[in-house]
Amino acid sequence: MNLSAQPGPNALVIHVNEDRIDAAGAIQFKERMRELVAGSEPRVLLDLSQVAFLDSSGLGAVVAVLKMMGPDRKLELAGLTHTVEKVFRLTRMDTIFCIHHNLPEGLSRAS
Amino acid sequence: MQAESPDFPGRVKTEDTGQDAARIVIASDPMAVRQGLAALFESLLLRRLDDANRGKAEIVLAEALNNIVEHAYADGSGEIELTIRLNSRGLNCRIVDQGAPMPKGALPRGQLAPADDLPEGGFGWYLIRTLSEDLSYSRIEGQNQLTFRLTTEQSPA
Repeated sequence: MNLSAQPGPNALVIHVNEDRIDAAGAIQFKERMRELVAGSEPRVLLDLSQVAFLDSSGLGAVVAVLKMMGPDRKLELAGLTHTVEKVFRLTRMDTIFCIHHNLPEGLSRAS
Repeated sequence: MQAESPDFPGRVKTEDTGQDAARIVIASDPMAVRQGLAALFESLLLRRLDDANRGKAEIVLAEALNNIVEHAYADGSGEIELTIRLNSRGLNCRIVDQGAPMPKGALPRGQLAPADDLPEGGFGWYLIRTLSEDLSYSRIEGQNQLTFRLTTEQSPA
């Protein structure tokens, strides 16, 4: 699971350099995120623009990361592709996350 | 035409069974599901769908196949066969496995937990039920058979 972290002005940006977060990769995603957000600043922006597909295991892993970060930090999402957006919307998980249209929009909004 | 995945030889078989049908047979593990879906969506049949219909099909098929890997074959391994047929009513899907039967012989209701509870699972059957039509399950001679239809609407212009 190829993820890369990049400190931004008001958030730690984590890029998912994979085309899918599915049942075959969900555990690795969660483990890699755990390493990257350890001791991170309060706001993490997850760039999903390269992820064309996410299944229920992938969605569960993103929710698990949100919970792992605890109440004092924020996990926000940016750049959801069509199918990924559909999974978040149908499961109503779009109501839980702050979702930005794209990365620049996410970075321009300090929250 | 048959093709085998180079990384998992023998674990994914795809077959174009005519102009309007395709079949894959995969081993019961998540990587085989991923590779089987990739092969299927490369097929000429599924390339005929637009992006929205492909996305919907990939969500439902991935959930159905991964459920079989995680539950029906939880205590062992085996094969999963997926056959799809495209006609004017949509994409007709049939999935057969030889794993354990559904608990109580019926499909889960697939109700979503409240989003505020931050559920990490329980989305799969909800997605399948929401996106498919004519969903049906039967257990016949030691095999599970799941059938459903995915309507292929034209996206609004």
